[in-house]
Amino acid sequence: MADPQNILNMRGITKSFPGVLALENVDFSLRKGEVHALIGENGAGKSTLIKVLTGVEPPDEGSIELDGKLIQVRSPQHSQELGISTVYQEINLCTNISVAENILLGYEPHRFGSIDWKKLNILACQALKKLDIDIDVTQPLGNFSVAIQQMVAIARSLEVASAKILILDEPTSSLDINETNRLFDVIRKLKGEGIGIIFITHFLDQVYQITDRITVLRNGRLVGTYHTASLPRVELIGKMLGRSLTELDEVSKAKLMGEHKKDRQRLVEAKGLGLKGSIEPIDFELSTNEVVGIAGLLGSGRTEMANLIFGIDTPDTGSLTIRGEKITRFSPLESLENGIALCPEDRKAEGIVGDLTIRENIILALQARYGWFKFLTTQKQYEVSQKYIELLGIVTPSPDQLVKNLSGGNQQKVILARWLATDPQVLILDEPTRGIDVGAKAEIQKLVLELAEEGKSILFISSELDEVLRTSHRIVVLRDRKKAAEYSSDVNGQTIIQTMAGIS
Amino acid sequence: MKNNIPLLKRVRENRLFWPLVALALIFIFDAIFAPGFFKIGIVEGHLFGNLIDVFNNAAPLMLVSLGMTLVIATGGVDLSVGAVIAISAAMGTVLINPALGNELITNDILAANTTNTPLWLVVMADLGAGVLCGFWNGLLVSRGKISPMVATLILMVAGRGIAQLITNGQIMTVYYTPYWWFGNGFIWGLPVSIYIVVVVFLLAWVLVRKTSIGLFIESVGINPKSTYYSGISEKNIKLFAYTFCGFCGAIAGLILSSYIHGCDANNIGLNYELDAIFAVVIGGTLMSGGRFSLLASVVGALIIWTFTITMYTFGVPANALLAGRAVLVLVVILLYSDYTRRILNKIVEQKGLRHGPTN
Repeated sequence: MADPQNILNMRGITKSFPGVLALENVDFSLRKGEVHALIGENGAGKSTLIKVLTGVEPPDEGSIELDGKLIQVRSPQHSQELGISTVYQEINLCTNISVAENILLGYEPHRFGSIDWKKLNILACQALKKLDIDIDVTQPLGNFSVAIQQMVAIARSLEVASAKILILDEPTSSLDINETNRLFDVIRKLKGEGIGIIFITHFLDQVYQITDRITVLRNGRLVGTYHTASLPRVELIGKMLGRSLTELDEVSKAKLMGEHKKDRQRLVEAKGLGLKGSIEPIDFELSTNEVVGIAGLLGSGRTEMANLIFGIDTPDTGSLTIRGEKITRFSPLESLENGIALCPEDRKAEGIVGDLTIRENIILALQARYGWFKFLTTQKQYEVSQKYIELLGIVTPSPDQLVKNLSGGNQQKVILARWLATDPQVLILDEPTRGIDVGAKAEIQKLVLELAEEGKSILFISSELDEVLRTSHRIVVLRDRKKAAEYSSDVNGQTIIQTMAGIS
Repeated sequence: MKNNIPLLKRVRENRLFWPLVALALIFIFDAIFAPGFFKIGIVEGHLFGNLIDVFNNAAPLMLVSLGMTLVIATGGVDLSVGAVIAISAAMGTVLINPALGNELITNDILAANTTNTPLWLVVMADLGAGVLCGFWNGLLVSRGKISPMVATLILMVAGRGIAQLITNGQIMTVYYTPYWWFGNGFIWGLPVSIYIVVVVFLLAWVLVRKTSIGLFIESVGINPKSTYYSGISEKNIKLFAYTFCGFCGAIAGLILSSYIHGCDANNIGLNYELDAIFAVVIGGTLMSGGRFSLLASVVGALIIWTFTITMYTFGVPANALLAGRAVLVLVVILLYSDYTRRILNKIVEQKGLRHGPTN
C-alpha cells in the first residue's frame, strides 16, 4: 500500500533496449526527508531507472507517481520542472563562467532589460549560504575543486528548480575524504528540509554512513528495499552479487602462490625519471612475474607516473630502460612495440572508442602494431575478439555490439582485451576497477595475478588501498608527486595510510 | 545473431538506405512528370540522354566527395577543394598552352593542335599540385594543430590567387584535343569520366577497407584520444585523409578543365567544397566524424546532380537553381533528423506488425 509519506512511487517499471532487458517490473519509492541508496552491480539497471525517472528514456511499462499524482516525464527539462533534479558524476555545468552565473543560468534577475549583476551575485551567495558554503561567486567555476562544483550543481538544482527530489549519481567518486564529509553535511541539511535524496554509489562505507534505506537491483530486477540499519554489510554484498565473497579469498591465495617465484628478471628500470610540473624524478623498477602496486592520494602523481612510462608524456630528466635498452622516443606506439600497455584511468575519454564495435575496439592496438597495410582479416578479427570475450567473460550478445552500449565493467574488460591481444610484457593498469562492481573487481584482481603468474609485469594503480594490498607483491607510495616509500607486501594498511598522509 | 534481426530492419539500418530512398524519390518524380528524362539514345555511337548527363556532370563532385568523406570521417572538413580544383586545372592548362595565355590565338595554334609538355607530364603535374595542396592542409591540421576549418580556409582563400598566378591572370583555353578526352571522351559508349570515377572509387575503397586505414580513420573521428592511447598515429591518419582529398580534387580539376577546354581560375570548381560536404552529409557520415561510407557519399553526389539536371529539364532558370537546391538541403536535413527518423521507423514498424512477422 502506498505510504502517505512517500514523495515518489515508481511501479512496475520495465524498459528494454535492443537485445537487453534493462529493467523488469521494478518498484521504487522515496519518502520525504530520506536518503535512499540505489545499489547494484554494473548493468544492474541503476542508471536506467534514473534515466526513466529523469525523462531521458521513456519506460516501456509502469507508472510514476509524484506527490500522489500520476506523472509522465517527457524530458530531462520536464523532470526539473516537476522538481526532480540530478547531480551527475561528471559535472554538467560550465566551468568557464562564474559560480553565480552557473547557479542562476537562464533565471538571471533583470534590471532595465539587462542582467542585474549585483543582485545575481547576492542571490547566488544566498543560495550557497543555505548549504553553508562561503566562496567568491564571481570567480569562474573552474577555479574550484570538483567538490565545490558539485555543491554548486546542488545549489542550482535547489534554487532554480526548487527540487523535491535530488538524485546524486556517484557524487563522491572523485572526492577526497574531507570533501565527501562536506558533501554529507549538505545532504543531511537537505534531508532536514524534507527533500528526498536518491544516492547512487559504489562505496558501501558511505551507504552505511549516510543512508536510511537501501534498494538493491540485480540484472534489471528488484532484489528488495531494506532499512540500512537492519541490513549487515555482508548480507548487502550477498544480495548485490547473488553469491558469496569467496572469490576475493581466491585472489589472496593466488597472490601467495606468486610470492614464491624468485627467478624474476628485471624488465623496466627508471632512474630519476621525471617531468617538470608532472612528477618529480623517481627511481623505480619492475620485474617479471610481479605486481607492483602504486598507492597515493588523488593528485599524488599516480597517473602522471603511468603516462610517463607509457610515453604519453616525454620525460625531461632521467632515463627509462626496458630489457636493458634505453628508451629514446616516447610515444604510445613506441611503447606498444616495446611490449608496454596502458589501460588509462579515464575509460570514456582515453579508453573506449564508443561508436566502434567490441571487435574493432579489441583489435585496435593489435592492428596499430601491425600498421596500415597488414590488415587483419575479418575472420581473424572475430577469432581474436571471441577469444578475449570468452577469456575475460565480457557479457554481450555478439562481438558486433557497439562498445558504448556495454556497462562500465565490460568496457574495462574490452580495453584490457585490447591490450592483452598485443601480448604485452608490461601492463600498466590505472584504476582498472574504478566504478565497477564488486564481482567484476574480484575478477579483474584475479586476472591481474594470473597474468603475473604467466610472467608478465604489472603496475597496478588504484585509489582503493585494500585492492592494492590484496594484489601487489610490492607497493610504491606516492605523495605530492614524489615517491614517498616502497614496501613489501607484508606491510599493513595503516603504515601505508600514514605514508600517504605524510605522517611518519 | 545477425539473422535474428528482421530483414526489413536490416535494410533500413543500412547506410545506403536513406540516400537511395532520396534518389528513388527524385527518379519517381521524373518518371511521372518528365518521362523523357530516362530516354537514352545513341548519337554517333555514344550513349546520350539525361541520365548520362547526370553521371558525366556529377563525376567531379563524386570524386571530391570521396576525399571529403575521409576528411569528414576524421572529424575535420576541407573547405579548400574548390581552390584545389582551380590550382590543378590552372597547372594542367598552363603546361599545355604554348603562349602562357599572353598572345592572341592564331589559326596556326588551332591547327597545330600541339602541347608544350607531354600529356602524361601534364596529368602528373596536375595530380602533383593537388596532392601537394592536400598534404599542406594535412600538415596544418595534424602537425600545426590548427582547427580544420581555419586551416583549410587559408588555402580556400589563397588557392584561387595561386591559380591566377599560375595562369598569369588569364582565362586559359586549351586547343590541344587529346586533353579534351578526359571530360568529353567516350569508351564503349559511356563517358570517360564515369570510368575515372569507378577507378578512383575502387582505389579509395581498397585503400581504406582492405587496409586498416578505414578503421583508424573511424576511430580517430570517434575518439582521437583513445585512438592515440591505443598506439595509432592519429596525425598520420589525418595527413593521409587530407592528402587523399587533395588528390581527388586534382582529378576533379583535370576533368572539369578538360570538359570546358580551359580554365577560369576564378570560377572553375566554385562552391564544390560545399556541394561535397552536402553529398557526404546525405551519405550519412556525421560532421563530427566516425563511421563513413564511400558509396553512400557517391550516391549523395548523384542526388545533387540528378536534382540539378531535373531542374534544368523543367526549365528552371539557372539563377533560380540555388533556391531549388536550398529546398533540397532543407528536405534532406529534415529527413535525416533523429526526430523524423524515429517517426518514420515507428510507421514502418507498425505496418510490419500488422502484416505479421517479417521473417
